[in-house]
Amino acid sequence: MNKKLIKPGNYFMNGNFACAEGALVAGLNFYAGYPITPSSEIMERLSYRLPQVGGHFIEMEDEIASMAAIIGASNAGAKAMTATSGPGFSLMQENIGLAVITETPVVVVDEMRGGPSTGLPTRVGQGDIMQAMWGTHGDHEAIAYAPSSVQEMFDLTIKAFNTAERYRQPVIVLTDQVIGHMSERLVVRDLSDYEIVERELREYPDPIGKVHDFSRDFVPMVIAGKGFHYNIDSLTHDERGYPSNDPMVEEVMVKHLIEKIRKNEDKIVEYKEYFLDDAEIIIIAYGITARSSIQAVRELREKGIRVGLFRPITIWPIPKKRIMELSERVNAIYVPEINFGQYSHAIREFSKSPVYEIPFPPGKVPDPKRIVRMIEGGS
Amino acid sequence: MVEEIVHPKDAYLRSDRFPHIWCPGCGLGIVLKSYVDAISKLDIPYNNHVLVSGIGCTARLPGYANVDSYHTTHGRAIPFATGLKIVNPELQVTVISGDGDLFNIGGNHIIHAARRNMDLLVVCVNNFNYGMTGGQHGATTPEGARTSTTPYGNIEHSFNLPYIMSSLGASYVARWTSLHVRQLTRSIMKAMKIRGFSFIEVISPCPPNFGKYNRFSDGLSQMQFFYENSVLDNNADLSEAYIDFTGKRPLIVGEFVHRIRPSYIDLEKELIRKAMEEP
Repeated sequence: MNKKLIKPGNYFMNGNFACAEGALVAGLNFYAGYPITPSSEIMERLSYRLPQVGGHFIEMEDEIASMAAIIGASNAGAKAMTATSGPGFSLMQENIGLAVITETPVVVVDEMRGGPSTGLPTRVGQGDIMQAMWGTHGDHEAIAYAPSSVQEMFDLTIKAFNTAERYRQPVIVLTDQVIGHMSERLVVRDLSDYEIVERELREYPDPIGKVHDFSRDFVPMVIAGKGFHYNIDSLTHDERGYPSNDPMVEEVMVKHLIEKIRKNEDKIVEYKEYFLDDAEIIIIAYGITARSSIQAVRELREKGIRVGLFRPITIWPIPKKRIMELSERVNAIYVPEINFGQYSHAIREFSKSPVYEIPFPPGKVPDPKRIVRMIEGGS
Repeated sequence: MVEEIVHPKDAYLRSDRFPHIWCPGCGLGIVLKSYVDAISKLDIPYNNHVLVSGIGCTARLPGYANVDSYHTTHGRAIPFATGLKIVNPELQVTVISGDGDLFNIGGNHIIHAARRNMDLLVVCVNNFNYGMTGGQHGATTPEGARTSTTPYGNIEHSFNLPYIMSSLGASYVARWTSLHVRQLTRSIMKAMKIRGFSFIEVISPCPPNFGKYNRFSDGLSQMQFFYENSVLDNNADLSEAYIDFTGKRPLIVGEFVHRIRPSYIDLEKELIRKAMEEP
């Protein structure tokens, strides 16, 4: 264990620093980024901290380059990350697809601010929910964690690296301006207590004999410079890595990319439940909105209304099985979010009971009183 | 029984992928040959060679070379290669891509890689148009030239690639045509030994697209133009190194820049050493 990693103990730290320190604990050794509010403190911190642990930091010319650079770095064997906010996340989308098709593990932190376009750079939003799933073109699956505390900025960043390595897939830490900028308690356990997934690398000579094997969910990754001489391609490719125009080749490759995630959905999906045992109404909320929602739950319970909170830790894949189960035994599901209805659409697909939106315009922390009023009002 | 003929350079090629996709008269086969010749002659360990490309006809070249190869997204080969090189400086990372990929959509990346003096060799095959998509005009299309999107002639000023690269501080800058096979091979070998950013422009025919619209109906006629108009001038005033196909201006080729500047990898290594030594 590197002695320059964060020491166990209690800290008062902001979310961005916690994310940076978590990434280092996870084994980050390459960061490429472009400054953008509200995520810039992550790269500032890492520009100082990464060289101390022998890692590489580079400030690129834009977010497109940052995303391309971390995919290149990962293909040389590094655990690699970038961090951004909405406008930069939009620019990264094409190369997120490159990470998907080349099965390259990388971590992308998106700290949501108000949009569209340049929007509200310094203020909170939650408008990138669908972009995190469908921002890059073509068929694919997405994995996105939604921290709602400084503690989770640390813990879920570590987890994002582990998941990226395990599933050979870009993983998104989808957080927001408030979580990134607020300071609160962070407890760092003994570093040996953290599960760190190290990448499974293929040894040369290759026992598989081809760069991909689509009949298996996972094969150890091939990195540059080991003697394999394989072609890694952004075009639809066969198991040799050779580009192809054949729709059958596309079918086999895309099914593999999708199935490796879908088959393991139960292992990837995570959520937390609060006051659900006797709940007749459920609030589903994530990020900073989950913090407002738990306050709303307490106030509503004081008024005798049996409300609970369901908080998806993985926004994607959506915890669909659990949402289906819960929706069968409650009367209504309310979805507060800092947008005009995004995650609510996904929830509605799996809910057996009516789903009501509680939209908050970007710019402010959602007011729990408004959630209380909406639920009291019955719609 | 016909004896199977093995080409002496077959080991460096993915011969199971031939025939290649390039058109008759295209210069890309020559560039592939030069690359393969260069790596077979150099003392750099074979397994350290990596090829990276973006999208386009030239970007298909790495797919035919038997080295670790990465065919990335349009315009993004250089930042991808930057990530590879920083993490493993032992790799000899070469980007081979086209003018459209490197200087239109990827223009931002190449100027910054040159400015940083990033330890990469970039070979830009310039055919003055977007070949893969049917010959549209781009930033290298000479003024007045006709393409599928400049039917009245190109009204835009074109990039002068060696001039741009030199002004940004690249360690090595050269230009050849696909006629200059030996010079190109030697240039690649030399550039691979240089610390920092190396850039080689290779002027190439594109008979069915740029050629067809601009009086070079086959590869041979454009090669003939290269033969008659190329002027070797290693000390050329690069501001005068624009290319047009009027025949009034010489096609300046040569090794224009070879200077010693600290490279990114050297500077970063020193930075990390200092940061790690801090208590």
